[in-house]
Amino acid sequence: MSALAVETRAPVWRRLIGFNLLTAILLGIGGWYFGWWAAHQITGPSIDYFGDTDQNDIALFMGYFVGLLGFLIGLGFGVYPWARLRGYPPSLREKETGGTARYWGLCTDHKVVGIQYLWGIGLFFFIGGLNAMLIRTELLSPTHHVFPAGNYLTLVGMHGTMMMGMFTSGILGPFANYLVPLMIGARRMAFPRIEALTFWLLMAAGTILTTTIFFGGFPTGWTGYQPLNDQANMGMDSYIVFFALVGISMCLLGLNMIATIVTMRAPGLTWSRLPIFCWGVISTAILMVLAAPVLVAVLLMSMLDRTAQTSFFLSAAGGSQYLYENLFWIFGHPEVYILALPGFAIVLELLPVFSRKPLWGYRLAVAGLLGVTLLSWLVWQHHIFVSGINSDLRPFYMLSTELISIPTGFTFICGLMTLWRGNLRFPVPMLFCLAWFFNFLIGGLSGVFLSDVPSDVTTHGSFFSMAHFHYTIMGALVFTFFAAIYYWVPKMTGYMLNERLGKIHFWLMFVAFNSTFGPLFAAGFLGQPRRVVTYQSNLHFINVWVSISAFVLGFSLLIFLANFVWSLVFAKVPAPPNPWGSRSLEWQLPSPVPVHNFDRIPHITSDPYDYGDARGPIAMPAPTGAGGME
Amino acid sequence: MSTNAADTTAIAGAPNHGKRFLTIWIVASVIATPLVAIFLGDLLPPGDASAQATQQVFDNSWLLTISTPIFLFVLILLLYTVFSFRARTTELVDGPPMRGNARIQLLWMIITPAVVLFLAGFGTYELWQSGAGGGQGPNAAFLPAGYKQALDVQVIGQQWAFTYRYPTYGGVETPHLVLPARTLVRLHVTSLDAVHSFWAYQLGVKADANPGVDNVAYVQTKGPEAFDIHCAELCGLWHGYMFDTGHVVASAQFASWIKQQQSYFAPVMKYLPKYSTSYLPDPQRRAG
Amino acid sequence: MTGRLGLKIAGVLAAVAVGGILIGFYIGGWVQPGITPYNPVAQTTTAKPTVNLTLQTVAAVGPTLSPNPDWVSYLVRDDGRWKRSTIFTLPAHALVHVTIYNFDGASGLRNPILGRPTGLVGPEIVDGKPITVMPPDEPSHTFAVPQLGIVVPVAPVGDDAKNQCGYAPCAMSMAHRTIEFTFRTGKPGKYRWQCFVPCAAGFVDGFGGPMQTIGYMDGFLNVV
Repeated sequence: MSALAVETRAPVWRRLIGFNLLTAILLGIGGWYFGWWAAHQITGPSIDYFGDTDQNDIALFMGYFVGLLGFLIGLGFGVYPWARLRGYPPSLREKETGGTARYWGLCTDHKVVGIQYLWGIGLFFFIGGLNAMLIRTELLSPTHHVFPAGNYLTLVGMHGTMMMGMFTSGILGPFANYLVPLMIGARRMAFPRIEALTFWLLMAAGTILTTTIFFGGFPTGWTGYQPLNDQANMGMDSYIVFFALVGISMCLLGLNMIATIVTMRAPGLTWSRLPIFCWGVISTAILMVLAAPVLVAVLLMSMLDRTAQTSFFLSAAGGSQYLYENLFWIFGHPEVYILALPGFAIVLELLPVFSRKPLWGYRLAVAGLLGVTLLSWLVWQHHIFVSGINSDLRPFYMLSTELISIPTGFTFICGLMTLWRGNLRFPVPMLFCLAWFFNFLIGGLSGVFLSDVPSDVTTHGSFFSMAHFHYTIMGALVFTFFAAIYYWVPKMTGYMLNERLGKIHFWLMFVAFNSTFGPLFAAGFLGQPRRVVTYQSNLHFINVWVSISAFVLGFSLLIFLANFVWSLVFAKVPAPPNPWGSRSLEWQLPSPVPVHNFDRIPHITSDPYDYGDARGPIAMPAPTGAGGME
Repeated sequence: MSTNAADTTAIAGAPNHGKRFLTIWIVASVIATPLVAIFLGDLLPPGDASAQATQQVFDNSWLLTISTPIFLFVLILLLYTVFSFRARTTELVDGPPMRGNARIQLLWMIITPAVVLFLAGFGTYELWQSGAGGGQGPNAAFLPAGYKQALDVQVIGQQWAFTYRYPTYGGVETPHLVLPARTLVRLHVTSLDAVHSFWAYQLGVKADANPGVDNVAYVQTKGPEAFDIHCAELCGLWHGYMFDTGHVVASAQFASWIKQQQSYFAPVMKYLPKYSTSYLPDPQRRAG
Repeated sequence: MTGRLGLKIAGVLAAVAVGGILIGFYIGGWVQPGITPYNPVAQTTTAKPTVNLTLQTVAAVGPTLSPNPDWVSYLVRDDGRWKRSTIFTLPAHALVHVTIYNFDGASGLRNPILGRPTGLVGPEIVDGKPITVMPPDEPSHTFAVPQLGIVVPVAPVGDDAKNQCGYAPCAMSMAHRTIEFTFRTGKPGKYRWQCFVPCAAGFVDGFGGPMQTIGYMDGFLNVV
């Protein structure tokens, strides 16, 4: 017992000083107040309408921007640029050692960022989902109003906006960040600091959106249509800043993915050996990089309309609401494919593992993904068929939208033929992937109705369209999100999620989901418009049925949460390095994955789908000394 | 890397899964598709109260009918694989190394575009018949027969009610919509402020109301009918309450109704702006 | 080891409790009708009930009644005191006599047709004289119940009137106009009412802010 063996560790309060989340929150809030106050002093007296409206939008925007700056500086994003300005040498990594403290701040380890994303998106998914439960509570009765009508509109808008903003990075954030380097044999992403930035921008954005309730909320729904947008209270600014930050985060995330996959593949990993998941990531990333700037631009114009009194979108002053509608949907349609494509990628990635067969039609599947990517730029006006757009263009958009079902169909045939003659096992991830087929089938077929102009006249702006996109986004993307969680959490944490609870979660969720959104097709057909707080009395029964099913759906997600906590905090069943028997490269590493990923960068010798006639392991030498293949 | 068809043919003794699946699918489709077409087709919205509504029902029922075999294909294939190909043992045994099948891929790449192109052509044809009740903007391209003699009725959306003007009846403006039966009506939908959407459910009309824009939709009314009017585009606080009931009445009744409206609103006629396809009344910008 | 387990259980329970409390506050925040208390109006109960409703419209609601002191608003007289509530509980099939004291100036109508009073029992009476139409430059506000076909334009206080009201509640001694009308409630139900005059100064089209917030220029008639 030598006196020298005593370990000296600074007290807790000392360790909290530094660049971390706590500092970031303090500087963020402080920054918000400073920006708000400063803008009031400068602009308050000069805004001619301020005296009547009691709303200084400039002050709110300044508050958010300065607060965001404080938040990012508090996290430590300024440390490296400042060091470089003073002449320090470049470095790629920050804070990659240090236990759980890494997760609470800026960390350039892509695995940490992936897990941060999982928690962050989970948190905002929960808030958005809670909003959905409140919406369905309101719709239990057409006459009894639980929430004031204005609050209800903000609930609807916040639900949609939160979900759309968060789930665009829903798969790429947690899973692509974690897995892409592991799948391509790299030790990091191309731009590790930008990777961390995209996560924290998203967290700041989500917080900003939640603050809309303090400023009167916003009445436009997630699409933010003008000129209602210009007319709205200050809460609208929270929406604008949220989506702008989401757009920037998306753009950088996509950029990072493309750069990583294009330049950092291990030797031997040719394009035809790339896992289909990575192809999905690239397709999504291309859409992100190209579509997000359009969103940021249209939001900037909205901000100028609301503050500098420009009139981009006011007809009377020479602007046009069509400008907004078109620009928004030029972003908006690729956006929904940003949501859908990762789902395709995950299903095609997981099915070979659980059928013990190669991915059928690899080239066809890649063509499907890239075909969707290309075509999604050519269809946007199907969202505004009856708005008074150029009448002659509508057959063109009808054709282009119908054409998108062709590459989508490729995904279906490749997935189904992968199952054909396989040796199918049905653990929880597989169940979610199979549910994808059913849900996206219904979502896709209802999309065919909506793409047909005469049919769109029946269903546009009604609950039919709402049911359609919930089937394609929630039924497809969110289900594959859970498939990915159940599949890859053993790799990320080293523990298995409980199989029985998982099956209960799946079946309850699948049945409740279809029971919730199936009848909404009927509600739309029967004439219920979207975003309404009251409806015809003959639709009462359908709405009550849907609301109760929605509560059950929410409950199934609580079961998932319980499973998550139970398995990772209490049960802690250790996961073998390759519980699913996958040939993919990430499963040849230990669970959880060590900080440096690979001891030696592997040389890839085959694609990950070599089931049935495997001629050896996927990579030589084996990625780590211990726990390799076979 | 596709293998030739030989890899997918049956192993001696094993059932021909492909033939089995196709048989099940064809039988199911042959049974279900006519049932859907006959029994579900006419139940589809929006009903029979106008030529455009009938057109939409026809279109919707065709889409539903064509969707049925497609739906059955995927569903049956999914269920067939799930039930027929479950792993028989708990140890991990690989399946056959099928990486593709050129014939199936080619067939798929021919059939799916064919179906899609047919649907697009069908939809365009339907649209060509008479515009299908949708808003077509100021220069409508899909004009029904006899459109030159159509009755002009303007729908003015404002926060949060629709009002209606009849230019051929002195430009009288009324708070409720009444249309004569068996008449082709040219609706001019516009807005005074935010974007609304005029949705006359039973008539099968939906046209967005945009400020400064004349959005034209055609509807050929049939017999007397009451129809629901909703706003189908979120326009602010009372969007959900922006509903009303419109009426299609016999021509004589319509004539007497409009006379009554003209006399009731006579005191205010001198204050109404001259009839125009769009209006942009003050105030508009943020003002003091 | 059981100590560790106990700590974990305690941690999870604490997290659930904190989460539950936060969710409770969150939901409560949405439900709370902002600043609008529901206001049953005193009524006389007979076979054919008649109800008196006295309202006041003001140009600026003031800091004591609202976090937005410069917003226009309706107020209702409840037991001699002026309250900011726009949700009125009325009996079905009743005659409702409404008196509106308007302390606000003219804003004008965007759609002149709303200057023609409709849906009333008897005429609209402004300062004791019946009117059939109000020119579109005049209305200061409207009281309109579209589901019952009721439109009532509210006459303005002149720009040069003396002793104009500042912040609400406004005293009767200040410059005002008196508007009276009667309508009949129909079947029980929830009927929304709104102002149709673009009186929300500073907002696009004059229809933002107080024009889109229940408790100012919009409300409900709860007909029971």
